[in-house]
Amino acid sequence: MDDHSIEVKGLYKIFGPNGGNYIQAVKDGMSKDELNAEHNHVLGLKNINIHMPSAKIQVIMGLSGSGKSTMIRHINRLIEPTVGEVIFQGEDVCQMSKADLQEFRRHKTAMVFQKFALLPHRTVIDNTLFGIELQGVARKECKDRAMHWLKRVGLEGFEDNYPNQLSGGMQQRVGLARALNNDADILLMDEAFSALDPLIRMDMQSILLELQEELHKTIVFITHDLDEALRLGDRIAILRDGEVIQQGTGQEIVLNPADAYIADFVKEVNRGRVIKVDTVMSSGAGKSAVSAPSGSNLEDVAKLLSDNSKNSANIVDDRGATIGEITMKAVIDAMVTPAKH
Amino acid sequence: MALKDMLPEVLAEFPKLGRTDLRDFKKGIDETFRGFSREYGELIENFFYPLKVFLVWFEKLLLATPWPLMLIIVAVLVWLGARSWVLTIGTTLSLLLIGYLGMWDDTMRTLALVSVSTFVCILVGIPVGILMSKSDRLQSIITPILDIMQTIPAFVYLIPVLLLLGIGKVPGLIAVCIYAIPPVVRLTNLGIRLVDKDVLEAADAFGASPSQKMFKVQLPLALANLFAGVNQTIMMALAMVVVASMIGAPGLGTQVLKAVQNQYLALGLMNGLAIVAIAIVFDRVSQKFGQRLQKHSEVVHG
Repeated sequence: MDDHSIEVKGLYKIFGPNGGNYIQAVKDGMSKDELNAEHNHVLGLKNINIHMPSAKIQVIMGLSGSGKSTMIRHINRLIEPTVGEVIFQGEDVCQMSKADLQEFRRHKTAMVFQKFALLPHRTVIDNTLFGIELQGVARKECKDRAMHWLKRVGLEGFEDNYPNQLSGGMQQRVGLARALNNDADILLMDEAFSALDPLIRMDMQSILLELQEELHKTIVFITHDLDEALRLGDRIAILRDGEVIQQGTGQEIVLNPADAYIADFVKEVNRGRVIKVDTVMSSGAGKSAVSAPSGSNLEDVAKLLSDNSKNSANIVDDRGATIGEITMKAVIDAMVTPAKH
Repeated sequence: MALKDMLPEVLAEFPKLGRTDLRDFKKGIDETFRGFSREYGELIENFFYPLKVFLVWFEKLLLATPWPLMLIIVAVLVWLGARSWVLTIGTTLSLLLIGYLGMWDDTMRTLALVSVSTFVCILVGIPVGILMSKSDRLQSIITPILDIMQTIPAFVYLIPVLLLLGIGKVPGLIAVCIYAIPPVVRLTNLGIRLVDKDVLEAADAFGASPSQKMFKVQLPLALANLFAGVNQTIMMALAMVVVASMIGAPGLGTQVLKAVQNQYLALGLMNGLAIVAIAIVFDRVSQKFGQRLQKHSEVVHG
């Protein structure tokens, strides 16, 4: 399979008319507040380096004002960087000509927006085929492909409605179908589910995970919600004041928060759903009658043990070989241990 | 003693150009313009010739159509535009009354003039509005020009039009267009500039070229505003019909002018009210049509 990873290197963004003039000062350690007070420029992103793995979900998490939406807009260059590189398949997006960039946006990326950004004058199906219509795909094929994706997101029968006749959750499904219809390698999701209410949000997360199982796109997902980040993210980068303060898998972040700020964040997390059995199991052959696959989270194992009234379970790899054992005590210990710091 | 008497002369009296200098100044401008008119008048007349042919053809067409057929055509157009029985019946009744009171032919002439000038305004105004929306610089240049066009007394620009083209249908048409074009330009510009930034960003993100963005996103979403501009343009064209009749624009305005000059109250009122009737029909139909266009663009909450 092709490599669809994205490499963000040394990315800086300073908002203001002469952003470029202050790069050196920022590199030399000028803070966001100083830059704002002395030069009236706003530091958006500072030295961002993220390797976004191919065919995985990379979550970028941060509170409002942390620069996460600015960050994602650099990947398809809706925002021009002050300095830095965004490399995809050996090419730097930041150096592309206008025409190349237009082609790149048409064929390599698709985006889902927080406020849906559907075209209000077009029906659901005409919204869904918007991206491929821009590519110049024939009308008939556009319609067929759009119908396919509308069915996949569960909107069959609504194709002739207008966006303002749909609920928020349904509108975002249209947004998702529109993006998937592009058949792009990269899917950019800017707080795509943040405007939805919690139940619908869970629903949409499930749809996304289900689709990703077969599509294997490189997804960049922006969120301010740690639970969402942990549920979706193969890898997570946490942004604060325009800087990456920690990146890694969800488990790494929950088990080893880099500083007090992150520790504070992860305190409330349901650890049973994040921590994998592999981290807490004892290696060697187990003797239990029940077994759980490697990579399951603690909550699933706890349920397995309690359902079967067992005190320990074998952990097996994907070929069925036992690689370790975990006891009920170990599971509970790991689930309740507070984060260090 | 007045304050004025105590001041030196230069402060008491506004320093002004001497009488002869002023006369020469005005004369110079007039002469230059007349010279320009002599030199290029024919060229300009030729330039507008197709417009004249079009206007004359359309006027003849309306006048040659038998009145029952015309009534049906108008009623169908009103129905298609507004989808309102009240308006359709009202329009038919007022046209019947206009015809009965002997104003049918003049009404057709006015309809022809207003339709053709609206068409010209749209043809010129929308592209200008589009260009204006794309460049802040152009906007800052065109806006004051539009201000002048809308506020300068209409009689004033009748003079250069008259000098260049003489009396006739086309000068009348041009005078109407100059007066009526600003709203469609302004509201095209405004409509495009008001299009939701999020939607534009989405178009960019999917790789829309500038023209795709204009025709698939910006113009369709500006349509409601754009149509409000067209509506205003039609209204202003109708308002200008009387003034333009001074330089030969045909129709109801000519009769109003005659009534003013001879103090015929009934003639003035009848023709004036006929213009009002046409204006109301145009206004309601175009408004209803505009509302239907934007039906889906409204945000529904909840």
